[in-house]
Amino acid sequence: MTDAAQVAAIEARAARMRYEIVEMIAEAGSGHPGGSLSAADIVASLYFGVMKHDPLRPDWEERDRFVLSKGHAGPVLYAALAEAGYFGHDNLKTLRKLGSILQGHPDSNKCAGIEVSTGSLGQGLAIANGMALALRMDANPARVFCLLGDGEMQEGEVWEAAMFAAHHKLDNVMAIVDHNGLQIDGACDSVMCLGGVAEKLDAFGWEVREVGGHDVEDLLKALTEPPMTEGVPVAVVAYTIKGKGVSFMEGDAGWHGKAPDAEQTTLALAQLAEALEGGAR
Amino acid sequence: MSEKRATREALGETLVELANEGVDVVAVDADLSGSTTTAKLAKAYPDRFFNVGIAEQNMIGTAAGLAVEGKVPFTGSFAVFATGRAYDQVRNTVCYSNLGVKLAPTHAGITVGPDGGSHQMLEDIALMRVLPGMRVLVPADYVAAKAAIRLAAVTPGPFYIRLGRAGVPVIYGDDYAFELGRARVLREGVHVTLAACGVMVEQALAAAEALALEGVNAEVLDVSTIKPFPAEQIAASARKTGAVVACEEHSVIGGLGSAVAEALGELAPVPLARVGVRDVFGTSGEPAELMAHFGLTADDIANAARELLKRKK
Ligand SMILES: Cc1ncc(C[n+]2csc(CCOP(=O)(O)OP(=O)(O)O)c2C)c(N)n1
Ligand SMILES: [Mg+2]
Repeated sequence: MTDAAQVAAIEARAARMRYEIVEMIAEAGSGHPGGSLSAADIVASLYFGVMKHDPLRPDWEERDRFVLSKGHAGPVLYAALAEAGYFGHDNLKTLRKLGSILQGHPDSNKCAGIEVSTGSLGQGLAIANGMALALRMDANPARVFCLLGDGEMQEGEVWEAAMFAAHHKLDNVMAIVDHNGLQIDGACDSVMCLGGVAEKLDAFGWEVREVGGHDVEDLLKALTEPPMTEGVPVAVVAYTIKGKGVSFMEGDAGWHGKAPDAEQTTLALAQLAEALEGGAR
Repeated sequence: MSEKRATREALGETLVELANEGVDVVAVDADLSGSTTTAKLAKAYPDRFFNVGIAEQNMIGTAAGLAVEGKVPFTGSFAVFATGRAYDQVRNTVCYSNLGVKLAPTHAGITVGPDGGSHQMLEDIALMRVLPGMRVLVPADYVAAKAAIRLAAVTPGPFYIRLGRAGVPVIYGDDYAFELGRARVLREGVHVTLAACGVMVEQALAAAEALALEGVNAEVLDVSTIKPFPAEQIAASARKTGAVVACEEHSVIGGLGSAVAEALGELAPVPLARVGVRDVFGTSGEPAELMAHFGLTADDIANAARELLKRKK
């Protein structure tokens, strides 16, 4: 199913999304570039290669659902929604401004295509589980994809939800961890050691797939293959680079939650534009 | 224009001072030590700082244990998570056991700005005020914030100190001392009382200036201690002026406005207006824009006072 042309098309989408992420955060003057850039390939793969959805019918019952548990990465979701056609690209300029549909953290009451508001970390997987339960009750074949941060895995509720999904055999929910190794105060392992996210999820009864989070071909495979055992929820642990695509942001926790200044923006956009051109290989 | 500093800046600096002075303070934060400024204590006294990661419930629980053993723990994180996410831990562990945990979260209210409604805590005063034993302080400036932190450090039992992200003018001098349960009269007046807390003190003072030009002499109170609440003091001012405007960067439900209404209802019924956020969530925008959007400016306070004067007998 994953042919080279599809992979290249998704890579091109991800490259455009990265450009827009930096552009919109620079325009807003605040926001979270690091975790938005690290998730760009994951979110592009979901929206343009994995999920069934229709921008013209955001309420279509059988659409696959996406929950951005790491809500501070709103810009990556906004870029994907704009790319997909949920709203015009011009909205991206209004990010974080008074009256915008694009709030600092995703707001489902203000913007079509957002399933649920997020921003308080640790809550998305429980929400996704609830959605998956309801879908199963209604014999709805739709699936629920939930993207978490690795630092976010420190929240206790994540593990309550992890236990729940396995217990209730929710194989229509998928957890994806953007494992970039960084949070706000520094490296996850220095702030509060995660000690093997993949092993922990395995111990909680999940089928775990470890994958390079910037390899679209591998991502597509990991995100689409059905569970090996029926009733076992799948977690994709995607190893990523925070700030991916902008040389001076890569691997630097300092770029978690600040906007680039004018000079930095020019430099970043030049790098991302280059990737855009190179992307159509 | 006086110097502007955010009340959150007082946290790390005061904790370092207290540690220097031999007070057994420690800080527990949840991956926000740079924003809350507890990182300053971490730098000066690495052994006195504990990062729990993104785990606010654990932050409160760990602080509770430190308090049980006689340490003076201050907790960080943002107001929305420290009070909301960890409410049961604050209620059933900290307050129910009457432990000396000092919650001093930052980024309260709409002046958080572009992060938006998910991060703009407007219900924390209400949540904390109803807890038996909890003391609730809302300092108006950097100096008052330092004094509040010092007071909490040397006073047994739980405290909630509400700190902000945005810079506010420094209005107090270094001789300022925080008095638990006392409002501070910043301006004496006879026609209307403006009772404000936090960032709204600046707005209330400006409103009083504007009203003075119209011959309206407003009394301005900085009600930085919401609990214990200076009910008798507010009532006395109300008896004198005959009208009260409560001003807060918080929901009009459950916060300062409610506390003032309770006091006036029981002690000195006079017309009251509540300036605050009217039962809605916040939204993205710049702090100044949001103050205008939600009707929290000096103009809004002055207008509320003018309307109130019409109702005054
Ligand atoms: C409950 C809660 N606590 C704290 C925060 C503040 N916060 C925002 S992002 C972040 C770090 C997130 O790190 P991670 O999950 O690794 O995200 P990523 O690296 O993908 O950006 C923190 C602590 C929050 N949004 N929610
Ligand atoms: Mg991370």
